[in-house]
Amino acid sequence: MGEHDQDVSRPDGEPERSRAPYRVIGTPAPAEERTLLGTATADAPPPPAPRELPAEPADLAAAKRAERIIAALFILSALAGIGFIAAYVGLEVQTNLVAVLRSNLALGISMSVAFLALAAGGVLWVRTVMPDVELTEERKPLRSPEDARQQFAETFRESTEASGFVKRPLLRRTLILASLPLLAAPVVLLRDLGPLPGTKLRHTVWRKGLRLTIAGSNAPIRPADFDSPGGMITVIPEGYANDDDAIAKAAVIIIKFEPGQLAYPTNLNWTVDNIVAYSKICTHVGCPVALYEQTTHHILCPCHQSTFDAPRGAQVLFGPATRPLPQLPMGTDSEGYLVALSDFKVPVGPAFWERG
Amino acid sequence: MSNVNGAPAGPVEKLLAGTGTFLDDRLRAAKSTRTFLRKIFPDHWTFLLGEIALYSFIILLLTGTFLTFFFKPSMTSVVYHGTYTKLHGVRMSEAYASTLNISFDVRGGLLIRQIHHWAADLFVAAILVHMLRIFFTGAYRKPREFNWLIGIVMYTLALLEGLFGYSLPDDLLSGTGLRITEGVLLGIPIVGTYGSFFLFGGQFPGHDIIPRLYILHVLLIPALLLALISAHLFLMFHQKHTQMPGKGHTDRNVVGQPLYPYFAAKTGSFFLFIFGVLALLSTFAQINPIWLYGPYNPAEISAGSQPDFYMGFLEGSLRMMPNWSWNLWGHTFAWNVVIPALVPLGLILTAAALWPFIERWLTGDQLEHHVLDRPRNAATRTAIGVATVTFYGILWLEGANDVIADHFSISLYLTTEIARYAIFIGPVVAYWLTKRICLGLQRKDAQSLLHGYETGMIRMTPDGEFIEEEQPVPEEARAVLAARQDYAIPLPAADGGEDDGVPAPGTRGAVGKLRLRFARVLLEGAPPAGDGHGNGHGNGHAAIEHGEPERAAVTTGDGPPSGTAPDHPTDGPTTHSG
Repeated sequence: MGEHDQDVSRPDGEPERSRAPYRVIGTPAPAEERTLLGTATADAPPPPAPRELPAEPADLAAAKRAERIIAALFILSALAGIGFIAAYVGLEVQTNLVAVLRSNLALGISMSVAFLALAAGGVLWVRTVMPDVELTEERKPLRSPEDARQQFAETFRESTEASGFVKRPLLRRTLILASLPLLAAPVVLLRDLGPLPGTKLRHTVWRKGLRLTIAGSNAPIRPADFDSPGGMITVIPEGYANDDDAIAKAAVIIIKFEPGQLAYPTNLNWTVDNIVAYSKICTHVGCPVALYEQTTHHILCPCHQSTFDAPRGAQVLFGPATRPLPQLPMGTDSEGYLVALSDFKVPVGPAFWERG
Repeated sequence: MSNVNGAPAGPVEKLLAGTGTFLDDRLRAAKSTRTFLRKIFPDHWTFLLGEIALYSFIILLLTGTFLTFFFKPSMTSVVYHGTYTKLHGVRMSEAYASTLNISFDVRGGLLIRQIHHWAADLFVAAILVHMLRIFFTGAYRKPREFNWLIGIVMYTLALLEGLFGYSLPDDLLSGTGLRITEGVLLGIPIVGTYGSFFLFGGQFPGHDIIPRLYILHVLLIPALLLALISAHLFLMFHQKHTQMPGKGHTDRNVVGQPLYPYFAAKTGSFFLFIFGVLALLSTFAQINPIWLYGPYNPAEISAGSQPDFYMGFLEGSLRMMPNWSWNLWGHTFAWNVVIPALVPLGLILTAAALWPFIERWLTGDQLEHHVLDRPRNAATRTAIGVATVTFYGILWLEGANDVIADHFSISLYLTTEIARYAIFIGPVVAYWLTKRICLGLQRKDAQSLLHGYETGMIRMTPDGEFIEEEQPVPEEARAVLAARQDYAIPLPAADGGEDDGVPAPGTRGAVGKLRLRFARVLLEGAPPAGDGHGNGHGNGHAAIEHGEPERAAVTTGDGPPSGTAPDHPTDGPTTHSG
């Protein structure tokens, strides 16, 4: 491909030119090669290579038909594009959801039509208007020729020698020495991305006397208010409703049981009127355990389906969690509201390396 | 008309004389650009898969840029008072509020947001399917190992990019995803707790994670992806595209249509098509309606919490794992988190990255490959691929086990129990089944080559014999059927073969024996339609007995030494006499 073969008959029907004879450099070209108007006679461009692509498709009638369809598609696309702009200008969204829906539909449909019509037209163009061709290109082996490799090796060796990098180990080693701390520096710079964990994962904001409040209403709870056995309420520490960092560890569920249902290993001293409080943070990877099945008393984490046995210390019944949900020591204060007796006795939430 | 004195001044000539001259006077680009215009691109529908990934990425850049004009990557608490009245007065982060704003108060915002999300899903899906195409057709073989490795890195980056991206709106669903990310990080031995505190700037959720994910999502990872895509495309361009087997297709040529105008027009239209389809999806198929999920709150969650599809296999992996954990020396080894989070993904990615080199070592094949394998013709590779897909698929299904249990009314725990066994049994069954199917297809191909296609027409000869008419396979199809690749270095015969008793190099010692053993499994194939018998009445046995004793050894795998017929008959003679 790309060789200028002078022996080619031209497809446009021009008579074939005679082969230019070999001639000695410096001698005048044959008269046939000269033209009256041209100035750069000696450098006359070689005749063009044979056509690789025909100018017209085989089926001209089909191409003509397709041309109309393609033009129609392009016009459709143009109209849709105009429609898109019109929809943008004409349809406000900041009023209500119906307006949003209308705008979204108008913009989306016009955009889709504009793109799809253009795409269809393009494909049709290639398939019907352009002549069908299949060309073959030879591959060269990817490996460089041996002499090129040799040359490269010599050049590289020469340059390396000139640099003195190999010959002067003192320079080389001190250069490497100098670069090492500079490579470490960016890593060191990342140290202040966050504080060290310390014992932060071992504690929550629960403390003696802190009231349990209902998530959402933030109202404190009297045991008598929560008198429907089988119910579950999400509870957060009083005053922390807007503190996501605190809630992420301190969220609690309280569940009311029938008398006698609660059993070992639930710590009954930490329950009030058959109400028990467990951490809501799953001991697997920390999702809130939000599902409670009243008939089986199972607490289920919707993320990975760890299942905990509510009346028996929230022990693991199934799923990937290893540890039971920690129980919050709970009592009542002088006004009869549910309060924490202390922080959790074990770390809540997912396992971590230092937990032990 | 053309002549040495210059062409008549058509529009093309004017363009070349004007712009072309201006450019070439400065760039000396005529020759290289000409080669570029005539660059040949082979055609096959599976070659479009990579293009889908590329164009999804471009659409992601375009729509993503639009979104950054309006999105506020901030966790500052605000109270919402926008168009979506159901959330009026609700406390939320600025990130969530600005996403609501994009969806309801910016014209075209909802559409662009949904196109962005759909394009992200399409991006990862296209990468996955593209990688499967590359694997099953052996396109990763020499000289394309670099592009395979670049692809694996890009897949990993795409997962991260997606995870970070859908976490940005700070809605309840994505916040739960971040919570899981934190839980997994915490479980990593030694460095996990520190990693989590450094990523979140302290305890979960903190106030840093959204702005940090934002800059990773809009700058760092896209820049890396862009650089890798450029390298990927440059290598594809430089090494020239592979081609499917066909008439006249060899490892020394590339057959197809030139870039200008054919490929350019086709691929440009394809880009518009993908954009159009994404726009259509985003108009009618709602995706990630964050206003329904509500803002993130660490004490809340919704049932059926599912990540985007490409994270589903990790979710399933976490769900499936038994609750193993050790407490030793005052430290927690949370195997229930570490194994599912790291092992499946690590296993798949590492194996994929090493595979081209393992295969090359086992087969000793040092040749350049530009004609692709038909998957059936590399039975063991295809079987390994399908086993991997099965492995991934079971993890992925388990990631939706609550949905499955709900829809099919089966016990939730049962789905997990089944998955715990299926994850081991499934890939083995898939491997075996795929291999049998591939070998069967190979035999069918060999038979078609020998005897042609069955026509179903029965002819009675003058003697009263009934024979079935067969139609010779057309030349084009023949080229495809005959394309089964014989590896460059045929494996040495097993010991006791007809050679001189000296083991071939690379097969000595324990490692060599192991290599030979695996290579035999890898190269296992049905006997080819050999030249050894052309009488139309032979079967597989004949081909092997007369033809190629070495291949017989290859074919038997663990079977008897070479020279004896392996137990792989083709389906008997195809000319049935009656």
